Amino acid sequence: MPPRRIVIDPLTRIEGHLRIEVEVDETGAVIQAISAGTQVRGIEIILRDRDPRDAWAFAQRICGVCTLVHGLASVRAVEDALGVQVPPNALLIRDLMVGTQRLQDHVVHFYHLQALDWVNPLHALAANPRDAAQSADRLGCRESSVDTFARAQIRLKDLFTSGQLGIFANGWWNHPGYTLSPEINLMAFSHYLEALTWQREIGEVLTIFGGKTPHPNVAVGGAPCAISIDGPPPGEGAATAVSLSGLMRVRQLIETMRSFIEGVYLPDLIAIGGHYRDWFTRGENVRNFMTYGDFAGAAAGHGFGVPRGVVLDRDLSRVHPVDLQDPDQIQEIIAHSWYKYQGGRNGALHPYVGETVLDYTGPPPPFERLDAGGTYSWVKAPRWRGKPMEVGPLARLVLLHAAGDASAKAQTAETLGRLGLPFEAMYSTFGRILARGIESKLVVDRMIGWYDRLMANITNGDRRTFNTEKWEPSRWPRQSRGIGTIEGPRGALAHWVVIDDGRIANYQAVVPTTWNAGPMDEQGRHGPYEAALMDRHRLAVPDQPLEILRTIHSFDPCMACAAHVFGPAGKEVVRVTVR
Amino acid sequence: MPEDHRMPDHTETLGAALVRHGIGRRDLLRFALAMTASLALPPGIAPVMAENLARAKRRSVIWLSIQDCTGCLEALLQSSSPTLESIIFDFISLDYQETLMAAAGSTADRMLWDAVAANKGEYLLAIDGSIPVKDGGVYALTGGRSTVGIVEALAADAKAVLAIGTCAAYGGIPKAYPNPTGAVGVEDLISGTPIVNIPGCPPMPDVLSGILVYFISFGRLPALDERKRPLAYYGTTIHDRCYRRSFYDRGQFAQSFDDDGARQGWCLFELGCKGPITHNACASLKWGGGTSFPIESGHGCLGCAEPNFWDAGSFYTSLAGGSPTGWQNASMAAAVGLAGGAAAALLARDKADPDPEETPP
Repeated sequence: MPPRRIVIDPLTRIEGHLRIEVEVDETGAVIQAISAGTQVRGIEIILRDRDPRDAWAFAQRICGVCTLVHGLASVRAVEDALGVQVPPNALLIRDLMVGTQRLQDHVVHFYHLQALDWVNPLHALAANPRDAAQSADRLGCRESSVDTFARAQIRLKDLFTSGQLGIFANGWWNHPGYTLSPEINLMAFSHYLEALTWQREIGEVLTIFGGKTPHPNVAVGGAPCAISIDGPPPGEGAATAVSLSGLMRVRQLIETMRSFIEGVYLPDLIAIGGHYRDWFTRGENVRNFMTYGDFAGAAAGHGFGVPRGVVLDRDLSRVHPVDLQDPDQIQEIIAHSWYKYQGGRNGALHPYVGETVLDYTGPPPPFERLDAGGTYSWVKAPRWRGKPMEVGPLARLVLLHAAGDASAKAQTAETLGRLGLPFEAMYSTFGRILARGIESKLVVDRMIGWYDRLMANITNGDRRTFNTEKWEPSRWPRQSRGIGTIEGPRGALAHWVVIDDGRIANYQAVVPTTWNAGPMDEQGRHGPYEAALMDRHRLAVPDQPLEILRTIHSFDPCMACAAHVFGPAGKEVVRVTVR
Repeated sequence: MPEDHRMPDHTETLGAALVRHGIGRRDLLRFALAMTASLALPPGIAPVMAENLARAKRRSVIWLSIQDCTGCLEALLQSSSPTLESIIFDFISLDYQETLMAAAGSTADRMLWDAVAANKGEYLLAIDGSIPVKDGGVYALTGGRSTVGIVEALAADAKAVLAIGTCAAYGGIPKAYPNPTGAVGVEDLISGTPIVNIPGCPPMPDVLSGILVYFISFGRLPALDERKRPLAYYGTTIHDRCYRRSFYDRGQFAQSFDDDGARQGWCLFELGCKGPITHNACASLKWGGGTSFPIESGHGCLGCAEPNFWDAGSFYTSLAGGSPTGWQNASMAAAVGLAGGAAAALLARDKADPDPEETPP
């Protein structure tokens, strides 16, 4: 029997637009997989010739889910190019924002994008709310009443009996892969609702410092939110949102974050992961991990910073240094992408000399299938010294281990200990999901420290949040270039900017989902999505490829990020000579 | 448009469902009062709204994302009154929304067309993201097809189209120069179906949900301005409602993001604030359930709810002129019809300037 082709398009519950095609043999085992980004906008092209101080607002719109991080990567790239020193308070404010966004993103990903691959709301209808409350208690969840679970169940009952199932319609609810008990299903669904409320509440931190979320405001030179700590005259409101009461609210919200991470998110991960143990044995294959490092303000002096580096072939005894300037290290390949390079399709270009020329050579729409042997994606294939890399929370945890970070090692050991699993189990679909939870705990534990340092600075009379020295273009060098890096929720993110005569001459972003979702390279080596699907995946019901959703969702795809680059057909749009 | 727009299905009314959730008529009235306030409707209309809400069935909403960044959906997640939970369980039947829906692949695609067939002429079509029309629409594909034809087909059978966010309303960032994909807004592609533009990058969460509730309560669209924006939310500029307005009137302007003026909440006009020419409800409703809005957090308004704001010069160039460091000559004035606002601003400054005590350091 010839292999059967399964197409998932749209692959839902992700950010953006992704198509997955797999071939399965007669046993349902996945023997070939391709990952295709199907939408592009061209933001890097739009950024050319703009004022570099404006770039963050454009770059931030690369993604409204990993909002903030593209804005900050952009700001850091421009600050790097212009040599701007950012005041300590601004670094701490940025870290507090990045920490909040990280937790919000991880939790929304788990409950609202990923959970329905594991949790079956239909099965929750059979649960006794009292049993659900007892299960939650046993798992170490924070206090929750029977009433909460009963109300969540009524919500579900109403929905399923109304005949209008909305977003829960036509899930593959009869798939044999859903095996959680009714009580755990109900508990998790109740937390699905609770997480919606929670993410809204903690978003206030971004609104206080950035004015709104998504897409909070940032600025080249610091943080734009002036601190108005002296309080308003009687009868008037505070001068700015970063007032004493605003700062107290941030403190309170950090506790709100901690309570949910410790009392809901981690217990749920342990309950669900502990049940689906075989998902700790598949879904990883590239075996290489890369981070750019982060938490600049926090790392300046104190404890937790994610290191920068590469681990090859899971060898934790050696961290390879990463140099983003080196033309031989980070390169983008287009052998299977809808682009062309002057030097031919098999070239590999560093972002400073990147070419971005659209060349749609896929089948004319409408089409039934893409060709794995030809071109099939709007996403390029980035490589580090020619090797595919996995980036993201698991990569960060791997690098923290390789670097010997004591707190990361202890938290991971404790979490895995509760599951009775060795560290090797992390190299898997559920390991990747668990890494997000472990990382959330590490981050929230540090946020109080960052907050306390910010308050100590303010108390000691340091109110500076912004450096004006390089604000005016007249004080800039005629030509400069810089790189801004950040660890986004989905992994290592970098923006490269070239500034010429006060304007952007070139702008390139190589983003986490490009690393993870990219197509094959010129040698036919797969990126992480494709490789992971070919790592021991067997479809129980080929028409309902739940197993594929589980592994793809474990990466938390962000396709708007991945496929943001391209230019008009047949026209060279980016060409920069390295000086 | 018939007054009574109940849908031909077997679902119970919203009122009955709410009662079972412990939400009585009085709560519904209280909610309607809050909504009428946010929509700038006379309070006398609240009982009618509550009554209509109680009788309404959950209306089918089909939400399509094209050249999006998902920020508009993230905005809906931040809605505080009503919340997303309440919206999708109590008010609407969100029959297609790729970021939240359980179904995937061909199952999801089938759901889309089933929802269209079952609610023909009655569903609300929500679109976020611009639509790339160039080169046969290869820049946004779904299920192997161009999204251009899908948008046209879905709009034809919709009761109304909500163009959510500046991209869907006006083309937004993909349309910014040089518009590499031929991106357009909904109204450039669709005719024959009523369109509501809900601009903002993203739009305000409570504006999004407020418009949904209005439509469900009254079965028709709210009053719109010439740009198809609901007047209740876009009828005034941010400057009109800004809490820093008195500093503007006194000519007290921050010169840097952290000078003494900035710390005392002085006006951000000279740091490039586009509040005077931007129509949105940020200054009155505020973000994060009333927590703050961009100006209150120290950064000028970017003008993100106005058409072509991306190409209207630097975000840090003062509306009064200043030294534009933007990338091209197209000034904000030319792009968004600023003349009146800028003149008023200059006038106000002139009035204030004679008093040297009040000018910023």
